[in-house]
Amino acid sequence: MVWIDTMESIRIEGLTKRYGEIVAVDDLSLSIMKGELFSLLGVNGAGKTTVIKMLSCLTSPTEGDAFLNGRSIRDEPSSVKSIIAVSPQETAVARGLNVRENLELICGVHGFDRSKSDIKIAELSKLLGLNDVMRRKAGKLSGGWQRRLSIAMALISEPEILFLDEPTLGLDVLARNDLWDIIRSLKGKVTIVLTTHYMEEAEELSDRVGIMKDGKLLACDTPEGIMRIAGANDLEKAFVHIVRCSP
Amino acid sequence: MRMLSFAIKNTKELLRDPINIAFTLGFPLVLLFMLSAMQANIPVEMFEIHHLAPGIAVFGLSFLSLFSATLISKDRNSSLLQRLYTTPLTASDFILGYTLPLIPMAVVQCAICYIVSIPLGLEISVDIVYATISIIPVTILFIAIGLLCGSVLNDKQVGGVCGALLTNLSAWLSGIWFDVSLLGNGFETFCNMLPFIHAVEMERAILSGCFEGMFPHIWWVLGYAIVTLLIAIHLFMRQMKRQ
Repeated sequence: MVWIDTMESIRIEGLTKRYGEIVAVDDLSLSIMKGELFSLLGVNGAGKTTVIKMLSCLTSPTEGDAFLNGRSIRDEPSSVKSIIAVSPQETAVARGLNVRENLELICGVHGFDRSKSDIKIAELSKLLGLNDVMRRKAGKLSGGWQRRLSIAMALISEPEILFLDEPTLGLDVLARNDLWDIIRSLKGKVTIVLTTHYMEEAEELSDRVGIMKDGKLLACDTPEGIMRIAGANDLEKAFVHIVRCSP
Repeated sequence: MRMLSFAIKNTKELLRDPINIAFTLGFPLVLLFMLSAMQANIPVEMFEIHHLAPGIAVFGLSFLSLFSATLISKDRNSSLLQRLYTTPLTASDFILGYTLPLIPMAVVQCAICYIVSIPLGLEISVDIVYATISIIPVTILFIAIGLLCGSVLNDKQVGGVCGALLTNLSAWLSGIWFDVSLLGNGFETFCNMLPFIHAVEMERAILSGCFEGMFPHIWWVLGYAIVTLLIAIHLFMRQMKRQ
């Protein structure tokens, strides 16, 4: 495992989210290093998306706090928003705008001037192979291309921390592999928190993996470490073992 | 700058939808031509062009509510707003970004309505300019209704509430097509408690050069516009926090 440096990028301290009687995230404490790709795994309703929503200041924690590059999500949400980007679970593009206009929108809302926007758009369209579809309406693109655009929109603001909520959900094998290559190319440059249901995705991409169930973090280690703990020879078996054996 | 980028996105999405253009510009003009043709054959005071044009100008704005509400609810549905909530855009950037693009569109819509009314018999005067400018408070009211509906309803519900209910309310309770007193005191009082009839009467007074006639109607319009906008802002911010 190679870090850009050994500094902490995300520190989560007793983060809890309750919706009435339901505890969506229960006293989560965790540390993620700069440049690390950390995957959150869990069955539906485990609390993965709620964790991302709290870390990206979309929803407030009921208890606890988290610090993103030293900024509190409770006390400094504006400052946190200036260093993060989120690619939500559902496709989050302006369907009536073309690809370039979508990228320009994100540059604009981050306050980039014209020349910086042009440079970033050229850079990201090359990285994600969007040049051939720049003038096509986002709403007319296939699911795979919309996901690429969605990730380009997340990256264009030069985030220090990137949240990818099930980035390859519903994609075919080729489109998924293309996106894996893109995500791999970001490792070490940006801290990435990824949620996924695909075990092979987590195994392929992650430096470390956290397994959640009922809002609790059951295990947190490298994919190899998780397999060792569970005595399994692949991550899927290890995941099933850990989730089933927990109370 | 940040707000402007968001406003430009909204402007493009609104203007690129041919249904938006057809309804916001086309449908009111079709009504104007049809009712003017009826007036030519069976003269009715209500359909005289100086009486009809202000009503059609106000009625046309109800489509802006529909399309602004649809845009907001679609943005919510597509998770685009969720993404934008994680950017440095503030709540006021969102509200202004949805509101500002619609104001010039409404003014243009109103101006086209009055310009088209000229060959149909509307007298050319500076009052047309005043009536076009004074449509702005009415515009704020209809945009606020759109913001309110878009904040709490999904795009299918928006179609029912803004598309069917609001357009009908603004058509039947505004005194555009018939004198509301014909349906009795109760109905007239009910209509007078809502802003639509006051918006039409205000426009009629200004277009006829009778500026004192805009009172008290403008107070009703402004009162409803301010209260609706405040409720819309509250509901928009509430759904923002509920993400």
